[in-house]
Amino acid sequence: MTDHTAAGAQAITRAHHEEWARLVAGLARRFGDLDVAEEAAAEAFAAAAQRWPRDGVPPNPGGWLTTTATRKAIDRLRRESQRDARHQAALMLHDDTPAEPTGPVQDDRLRLVFTCCHPALALEARVALTLRLLGGLTVAEIARAFLVQETAMARRITRAKAKIAAAHIPYRVPSAADIEERLAGVLAVVFLVFNEGYLTGEGEDPLRVDLTDEAIRLGRLLRALLPDDGEVAGLLALMLLTDARRSARVSRTGELVTLDEQDRGAWDPVLVAEGTALLRERIDAVAAGGAPPGRYQLLAAINAVHTAAPTARDTEWSHIVALYGRLARIDPSPIVRLNRAVALAEVDGPAVGLAEVDRLTGDLDGYHPFHAARADLLRRLGRSGESRAAYDRAIGLTGNAAEQAYLTRRRDQLGG
Amino acid sequence: MPRYLLSVFGPAEPTEFGSYPTREDMLEAFADTGAFNDRLQREGHFVFADGLEPASTATTVDGQGDRPAFTDGPYLETKEHLGGFWVIEAGDLDVALALAAEASRACRGVVEVRPFRSAESVEALVEP
Repeated sequence: MTDHTAAGAQAITRAHHEEWARLVAGLARRFGDLDVAEEAAAEAFAAAAQRWPRDGVPPNPGGWLTTTATRKAIDRLRRESQRDARHQAALMLHDDTPAEPTGPVQDDRLRLVFTCCHPALALEARVALTLRLLGGLTVAEIARAFLVQETAMARRITRAKAKIAAAHIPYRVPSAADIEERLAGVLAVVFLVFNEGYLTGEGEDPLRVDLTDEAIRLGRLLRALLPDDGEVAGLLALMLLTDARRSARVSRTGELVTLDEQDRGAWDPVLVAEGTALLRERIDAVAAGGAPPGRYQLLAAINAVHTAAPTARDTEWSHIVALYGRLARIDPSPIVRLNRAVALAEVDGPAVGLAEVDRLTGDLDGYHPFHAARADLLRRLGRSGESRAAYDRAIGLTGNAAEQAYLTRRRDQLGG
Repeated sequence: MPRYLLSVFGPAEPTEFGSYPTREDMLEAFADTGAFNDRLQREGHFVFADGLEPASTATTVDGQGDRPAFTDGPYLETKEHLGGFWVIEAGDLDVALALAAEASRACRGVVEVRPFRSAESVEALVEP
């Protein structure tokens, strides 16, 4: 019996990671209702949590969950249909387009991805729905991750599902003409979840591992569903290479450690290898005539230049400048130009970097990394007074405690 | 099939050419909108469409009291008012949004897309 207990709990955790999205997506397709799908999936897992530790893990956990959830969904629809037969029809999600044999593989999970990340939903609703319906996080977990009251998060999710039903947001993979743009929107949601965990702006924890882990899990799911897409591979590589540095990024005293001061031996070699292999695959695909790399592939490549350097001094900054230059051609945003200027300072010196950075003052005056970058360049040029003022601006603008600690130390180390 | 309201908003104080800067712009927008309406008809999306006189011509009526009360002007005091609308039928929101994008280009205005209640959703309201 006690053997069952431990094995049961472990199997449930694994099944939750592996089967939740498939379960919800399949139920949504079969019953045409996200509410029914979500509830039935949750009930099936609750039943598993009761039974598996007691009776043992079934030989096919995924099949057991599907059967149980389907029965729960039918029970619920039967209860409701006695009350109001036609009510259900109003909630139907639908796909009345003919199947496209040449289109992407019609995995139900892919339909669910595009419904959760539909551009007619507010970004915060897309994030919440994706984490709930695809990631399987509870409403309480999502609320905690985004520092929102649980009731407010529940309302956000309920409202989004109501809009999907009332406005007839389709449960379907977009047509070939639209898929690239829609997929970019999906990747943006996943990357937002990752960054929320990695660069968390508020609260006590400098890192929120639950969110970075969840984003990587979603990235892996997308990669499994769309194995030939370069940007899907690029985003996963980017997240892996960034996450590999997780434990070196914050010191024991809770201070942010910048790339040049990190203990490179603490970087996770498994994640680095996986991310690098994905990138290599993309380089081969592009060389073989594939589409040119988009933003995530370029960002991943920039990270790979860092992870390939045995010490900070060995960093091939000229490659990084070139990669940011290519990125700026796709995305000429001031933030990309700021990053390029910082890399340029390593190649051509801090004066050249600062001249580039200063051109961005109008756009980035409220962005703390801008002031942090300026402060560092001014420090290297011996302009201590101006550097101190820039550190003060950066400290005032960031809400992240680890970053504040780092910036404060750097400021206080300035000579007179 | 789901029905959607496509609303177009324009300035509360229109110029002599409605919400358009010049007469040429106005005529071009009318022609493009007409062509778009023909397409809606051909493809079976069209239910109804029309443009409205300026909001200053509206009268607000409250008939809930003993005698109806009439007030000159629109109900909402805003800088922009409903200037025209379409009622269309579309298979789902993606189709409606694609049509709304074309409508917006044709009439040179921002379009709001809103689903009508279906019979089933009204029924769900009435019978809890």
